[in-house]
Amino acid sequence: MQAQAEVVTTWNDVCHTDDLVTNSGVCVLLEGKQIALFKIHIEGNTQYFGVSNWDPVGQANVLYRGIVGTLQGNIVVASPLYKEHYVLATGKCLERDDVGIQSYEIRVEQNRVLVASL
Amino acid sequence: MTLSSQQQQRIVIIGNGMVGHHFVEQLINSKADYHITVLSGEGRLAYDRVYLSSYFTGKTAADLALTDEKTYQQWGVNAVTGAWVTNIDRTHQVVTTKDGTSYPYDKLVLATGSYPFVPPIPGNEQEHCLVYRTIEDLESISASAAQSKIGVVVGGGLLGLEAANALKSAGLETHVVEFAPQLMAVQLDAMGGALLKDKIEALGVQVHTQKATEVIEAGEQCRYRMKFSDGSHLETDMVLFSAGIRPSDQLAREFDLVVGERGGIVIDNQCITSDPNVYAIGECALWENRIYGLVAPGYAMARAAVASLTNSEGEFAGADMSTKLKLMGVEVGSIGDAHGKTPGALVYTYHDQPAGVYKKLVVDETKTQVIGAVLIGDTSDYDTLLQYALNNIALPDAPEALILPSSGEKPLLGADALGDSATICSCHNVSKGDIVEAIESGSCSLGDIKSCTKASTGCGGCSALLKNVVDAELEKRGVEVSKAICEHFNHTRQELYHLIQVENIETFDELLEKHGKGLGCEICKPAAASIFASVWNDYILRQAHQPLQDTNDTYLGNMQKDGTYSVVPRVAGGEITPDKLILLGEVAKEYNLYTKITGGQRVDLFGARVEQLPAIWQKLVAGGFETGHAYAKSLRTVKSCVGSTWCRFGVQDSVGQAIDLENRYKGLRAPHKIKFGVSGCTRECAEAQGKDIGIIATENGWNLYVCGNGGMKPRHADLFATDLDDATLVKYIDRVLMFYTKTADRLQRTSVWMENLEGGLDYLKSVVIDDSLGICDDLEAQMQHITDSYQCEWKTTIESPEALKRFRQFVNSDETDSNIQFVTERDQIRPATSAEKYAGQQAIPVDII
Ligand code: SRM
Ligand SMILES: Cc1cc2nc3c(=O)[nH]c(=O)nc-3n(C[C@H](O)[C@H](O)[C@H](O)COP(=O)(O)OP(=O)(O)OC[C@H]3O[C@@H](n4cnc5c(N)ncnc54)[C@H](O)[C@@H]3O)c2cc1C
Ligand code: SF4
Ligand code: FES
Repeated sequence: MQAQAEVVTTWNDVCHTDDLVTNSGVCVLLEGKQIALFKIHIEGNTQYFGVSNWDPVGQANVLYRGIVGTLQGNIVVASPLYKEHYVLATGKCLERDDVGIQSYEIRVEQNRVLVASL
Repeated sequence: MTLSSQQQQRIVIIGNGMVGHHFVEQLINSKADYHITVLSGEGRLAYDRVYLSSYFTGKTAADLALTDEKTYQQWGVNAVTGAWVTNIDRTHQVVTTKDGTSYPYDKLVLATGSYPFVPPIPGNEQEHCLVYRTIEDLESISASAAQSKIGVVVGGGLLGLEAANALKSAGLETHVVEFAPQLMAVQLDAMGGALLKDKIEALGVQVHTQKATEVIEAGEQCRYRMKFSDGSHLETDMVLFSAGIRPSDQLAREFDLVVGERGGIVIDNQCITSDPNVYAIGECALWENRIYGLVAPGYAMARAAVASLTNSEGEFAGADMSTKLKLMGVEVGSIGDAHGKTPGALVYTYHDQPAGVYKKLVVDETKTQVIGAVLIGDTSDYDTLLQYALNNIALPDAPEALILPSSGEKPLLGADALGDSATICSCHNVSKGDIVEAIESGSCSLGDIKSCTKASTGCGGCSALLKNVVDAELEKRGVEVSKAICEHFNHTRQELYHLIQVENIETFDELLEKHGKGLGCEICKPAAASIFASVWNDYILRQAHQPLQDTNDTYLGNMQKDGTYSVVPRVAGGEITPDKLILLGEVAKEYNLYTKITGGQRVDLFGARVEQLPAIWQKLVAGGFETGHAYAKSLRTVKSCVGSTWCRFGVQDSVGQAIDLENRYKGLRAPHKIKFGVSGCTRECAEAQGKDIGIIATENGWNLYVCGNGGMKPRHADLFATDLDDATLVKYIDRVLMFYTKTADRLQRTSVWMENLEGGLDYLKSVVIDDSLGICDDLEAQMQHITDSYQCEWKTTIESPEALKRFRQFVNSDETDSNIQFVTERDQIRPATSAEKYAGQQAIPVDII
């Protein structure tokens, strides 16, 4: 085993799990940044995702209002403006290589939603 | 051999039409090492002449382009536009363009195409006497049509009729003047020509056969008067010549290449002219005394020339001239020897005068081979007959069965009956074998196969056959052929509709569990939500439906470019009281919203942030407004004119009718949006004939029109029934709309639905008026249920604290989205541009209200 530099992640409490909407998105403001949060119920499991709310193509803060779904095995959100798909886990855009969005690590503890600082 | 000793061969191509371009493409694909120069006489590179007429239905020059400069550059092709060639020096092997530039060549290709023949009639050179060949021609035609009421097309051939259609759709009273005794004399026999004439006249285009024009002189009522040799005359504002084409063989004549007696550059099977270094291909070339005026033979010549240049196999061996087309909605097909001129030819005919269908089958003397056919009014047998003809498939014992109306015994020629060598796409010379090969090497959808074989990307005539072959081959390999709406459901929208209704499915989760997989997506979710609404009509923001909705439906408003929403309250029939107008103004003022009168006779308030919507609607609902469903695939507006109440010409109360209809259908969720218009008299100020449902008052009641459209592809509505009383009118609309809702594809407007409906208008009439399917009671009951269960979604929303939770930008903060900024223009707000936001000048972050 090699010694690894310890990385300390700061977890920010942003909201209650009741604030989330299953299979849909809401938005939180964290230190001036807009983060879209998604609670996805799939195949009996619940997963949580966080990505930047900024739509880089439409140039507006709207991604939390997109429809979520699966596409080619990825859990994605479709931009409500021009319908590009972003993979929730990574922020990768499926249609274009030249854009992508920030994704955030999410953790749920005692019904509170925590977002990792970058 | 060293590189320097071997100079790259230079090829110069004169003309960059469809065939010239195909030649370049084929030569590049062959990987042969040539330096290629293309000299385009037109001001642009190659475009799709076959679809030229679609320019009139909204296609642009860019849509029609077959290539662009960048592609040619990437291929290393030197393409010059506006390069009209005036000189060929065959001794020194140099061509020169009109501006004096010279281009040396080792091999020269003439792909100069043809030009429209204008009969030598005195007066034919006047301003509004035009031809139909290039994009510039179409621009002139549009300009001239805009200043004309009546238009005449000279020439009743294929192109002439296409031109007539263009004039007719431009709104002109249209005439076709033909010298021969019949229309489309090349492709059709006399009977077929006569039937086509009847049909086209029934569509409002007047056809004058056996007319020889003697002079075009100044008119009395119109711009011109055409005088005919029989003493009669016709007045018109414009004349369009479409009397045939002539090969562009001037260069060949001037520089001593052999040309045919009646024109055309003589070529052999390799497409080589009388000079071994000069090729000719396309419509300028004459092969075995024939000029081919279609694109597929030209492409075949291009391939033969490339084969010759690269020393590979392939020659031009003549081409099939069969055609299938829809002229103004009339189906016409012609195969091979349509006139039965082959010695010993035998003919079968079928003629159903009431239905306007005529079919003729020409077979050889042994009755074993199809050698020709004519089909008018119904071309459903075309693909099968063509395959019999092209691939010499032996005929069944009773060949007449092939053209008789389906008696159940029709020997259907499935894709399986075709051999591997059978040509599927003649434009791109794709055989069934090529398609099988593409599938074997991994293509598994129609789209894939189209892009790798190019099949069906030319004239498009083979698309139905291609689909059959592909489906059959895929099915053979155990691949399920997907008509599915998306990757989550293996069903069409119509099938989902049935499943939901029959199995009483009420939620998306249930639907997914029973019939789908994955999580769904932005295609199937809103489609399912729309079906739930059509079938059950419960509140669309019900917890289970919420995540299904498009953002517009979720937030009950249309999202604008900056993420704000528009607010459009219903103003039924466009009638509004002063108090309500004042309320709209007050609300707009209070929330600082941009205000505009829409094209749908109501008012749109723009720039509302998501968290402002509930308060805005609270005020509107309290003042008596309801949601206008501007965000939904559902009834939008019923446009009205003022009608008999005020207008001196009105014969019925169009406003009252419009309001009643709007209130009846306002909650109906459908595959796409629906618009109505009600006019109080035949002057049609409400533009009802451009709407999905159009109603025009008559002295005796109402005329009903269906399936019209504005938008990208306008379509006039079809007259469906006349002089209806109020009750029958509503009954018919109930049935039409419910039938549409049940059977249309997702995002299919009524216009497109109608165009794809087998049997068309007559079929719809039989379903709705004669109840041929026995479903009218159900359709009406379902519509009644929807009307009875209507609720204003905004009213329900503002009364539900749970639903209101969604109208927040942030669940953890009351701040607003700082990216939404406005500036003032013409005394109202508009979204700030990014430069304005950046500069921060003038931008006024909106106050929280
Ligand atoms: C507001 C309005 C323009 C205006 O300022 O006048 C408008 C605005 C929009 N139209 Fe429209 N259309 C408006 C009247 C029309 C009309 C005229 C009419 O209804 O008489 C037409 C042509 C008639 C027709 O539909 O047949 C029209 C044909 C379209 C089309 C093309 C439809 C087609 O079949 O080709 C679209 C695109 C679509 O639906 O896919 C469209 C789409 C849109 C969208 C929804 C585009 C979008 O996704 O953002 C616009 C958003 C409106 C908003 O935010 O509220 N709009 N649109 C009009 C609203 C009328 C209303 O009161 O509801
Ligand atoms: C309205 C319309 C509809 C049609 N519909 C169909 C259809 O449904 N199916 C079908 O198969 N066919 C159809 N055709 C015919 C088809 O478009 C032609 O067969 C095809 O375009 C022929 O291609 P081409 O390259 O030989 O000639 P063109 O496309 O005519 O190209 C020749 C080019 O050479 C240029 N040129 C000529 N002389 C010179 C010179 N001296 N120097 C430089 N350049 C020169 C011309 O300007 C032109 O750009 C239609 C044609 C029209 C006009
Ligand atoms: S025409 Fe285009 S830009 Fe204008 S409102 Fe309609 S959709 Fe928007
Ligand atoms: S036959 Fe013309 S595209 Fe296939």
